[in-house]
This record gives sequence, structure tokens and C-alpha cells, in this order.
Amino acid sequence: MITAERKPLEELIDYVKPFKRILLLGCNECVTVCAAGGRKEVGLLASGLQMALLKSGSNIEIKQHTLERQCDPEYVEELVPMIDGSEAILSMACGCGVQQLATRFKDKPVFPALNTQFMGASERQGVWAERCQGCGDCVLGITGGICPIARCAKQLMNGPCGGSTGGKCEVSEDVDCVWQLIWDRLKSLGQEDRYVDIMPAKDWRSGGGSGPRKIIREDLAE
Amino acid sequence: MKKFEPVIVAFCCHYCAYTAADMAGSQRLPYPANVKIIRVPCSGKVDALHIIKAFENGADGVYVAGCLEGDCHFKNGNEKAARRIDYVKKYLEEIGIESERLTMVTMSAGMGYRFAQTATEITEKIRKLGPSPIKTAITQ
Ligand code: SF4
Ligand code: SF4
Repeated sequence: MITAERKPLEELIDYVKPFKRILLLGCNECVTVCAAGGRKEVGLLASGLQMALLKSGSNIEIKQHTLERQCDPEYVEELVPMIDGSEAILSMACGCGVQQLATRFKDKPVFPALNTQFMGASERQGVWAERCQGCGDCVLGITGGICPIARCAKQLMNGPCGGSTGGKCEVSEDVDCVWQLIWDRLKSLGQEDRYVDIMPAKDWRSGGGSGPRKIIREDLAE
Repeated sequence: MKKFEPVIVAFCCHYCAYTAADMAGSQRLPYPANVKIIRVPCSGKVDALHIIKAFENGADGVYVAGCLEGDCHFKNGNEKAARRIDYVKKYLEEIGIESERLTMVTMSAGMGYRFAQTATEITEKIRKLGPSPIKTAITQ
């Protein structure tokens, strides 16, 4: 899923201060799961903003709403009947959701309430870790199901750098050396030969190197 | 000026603090009427939203009372509550509310005296801090 964290309240206050009525908009998908921008976080932020603004002597009407998904036009369309009641939107979705709103509502200022972080997985309750960088040409089949692009600071493709010590990355003792993880796993799978094969330099055209990417499914696209 | 009487919301776990409050009552131990008790099934059930809403609606202080360490009826709800309180304290500071206005306490069901004493101490602490800045802003 896409992970995110709330921006500091101070930054958000600066965004909304010039307005009298805003729509605070959550998203029911990824950002709900990583406890950053779901219905509950919308409630928490609305109260926090309201109180902080009251303290500084201003009063803004904050309408709260949460869409099933902010990155799909079908759901964004639900906002049409209520959008005129607000002068601006503060979105608690990832950057994709924020941009979807900005595209649909041309005359409304849209602000991000979150800092979108990475594509990750939940390691345990309350802990999310980066797992994929969407390189467009997945090598997990060769690397034992562990990604050297998202999980190696240097994105090395053929084994560890000289900084790998005791299974840890030289970047931090808290980070596993991904090449150690890959080697251990290949060994336990009896696939050591995969490690010996040299992977060619990564072609980044599929990973965004040729500009913004788009998927068009001829059978589905209208 | 009218004397300031703080409004304090106490989220009390049914299995400890709420029963301790009963105990205090039956032992005729007085505690300040400022404390408004809300019974919850476990301190771990108290959400950040409940706490923030209490402040938004004019509470001067909030405390969450859970079971003693290792005694939670639902295994570790009290530990979760303690971590949540730390998290909400940081949010309160961001909003501009002194984080001392929020506290976590623990006690057992038999500690009627401790309940009354805690209620008194927290009421006094909040009285010294004065009205919550939100309440002040609302009345201005
Ligand atoms: S190899 Fe590429 S697609 Fe596969 S997990 Fe890593 S970044 Fe994602
Ligand atoms: S120690 Fe391992 S994970 Fe860290 S940069 Fe070197 S090869 Fe990559």
C-alpha cells in the first residue's frame, strides 16, 4: 500500500488560514490502513485545527468527509453536490488523491494534509516499511522475493557493497543489508546459482526514466 | 472574578478505576465533583479522538485510569493506553494545549483511597494550570 504521515499542524494552518469554509477530505484505502488519513484521522485533524485556530482568534468551518477512494474519478464525483459549500479542500489522501481533486475541481484550491512516503508493507502493528519502488521490471523472481531496489540504499543489483557488516547495512544498524537477506533466502531455497548470475545494469526507462508513466489497457480503456 | 472550577474528564476502566470509584463512595471518601467519570470497558478502548473531543468541548483536564501493570483484564489494554496517551500529548502540544492536562494513571478495583487521592491531586494540578486555552478562547 501507499504509506503517508500527517504534516505538522503549523503547515496545515498556514494553508487553511485564508479561508472561511473548508472541506477536510479523508480516503478509505491505503491511508486509512496506515492510520494517516482515514475517517478517524479526519476527525482528529478537524478538532486539532479547530482548536489551534480558535486559539489564534480565527474560526473556520470545517466540513468533514471521507471518500471510498480519492484516486478514482467515480468517487471524486460524489463531491459535486457539496463542493460549492467550501472555498478550499484539505485532502488527507496520498499525493494521487490530492491531484485527482485538483484536476476535477479547477477553481478550488487543494492542499495536501499528508506527506506521502512510500510503497510499503506492514511489519507489525504500527510499523510500515518500504518494499517496492515500482521499477516497472520486477526482479523479485531472481532475488528470492526480496527487493534490492527498494531495500538497498545503493540499489545494488549484484550483491552487497563493502559496508555490509554482520547482516546490517552501513547506512544504519537498524537496517538489514538486503543482500544478506537475499543471500540467506536463496541459500535456504537451494537457489545459490541465481546469485552467481550477473544482472545487467538496470534499464530505468521502465522505472520512470522516460518521464511520467501510464498504463493503458486497450480492453478496458474508454 | 468567579473562582475557576476545572472540568475534568476521567475515562475509567470498568475493571479497576470505575470499581475503585464505587469503593471510594462506599467508604465515604470524598473526591472533587469536578471529575466527570466516563466508564469504558478497558483503558485501551479510549481513543485519541475521545480525548481530543473532550478538550474541544471544554475539558480543562483529562485522565485515563487503567489497571495496574500486568493486571489488564484484556491482557495489555493499559499498556496500549499509556502509549496512546504519550502520542496524544504530543498532538496537544502541537495544538497549543499544555500536555500536562492529560495524564494516565493506574489502580486496582480495591483502591478506593487511591481513586479519591488521584482525583483530588489531578483536580488541584489543573486548578493551578488554570482554564484550558481552548475554553479561554471560546469565552473571549
Ligand atoms: S524489483 Fe522493482 S517492481 Fe519488484 S519489488 Fe523491487 S522496485 Fe518493486
Ligand atoms: S550494506 Fe547492503 S543494503 Fe546497505 S548499501 Fe551496502 S549492499 Fe546495500
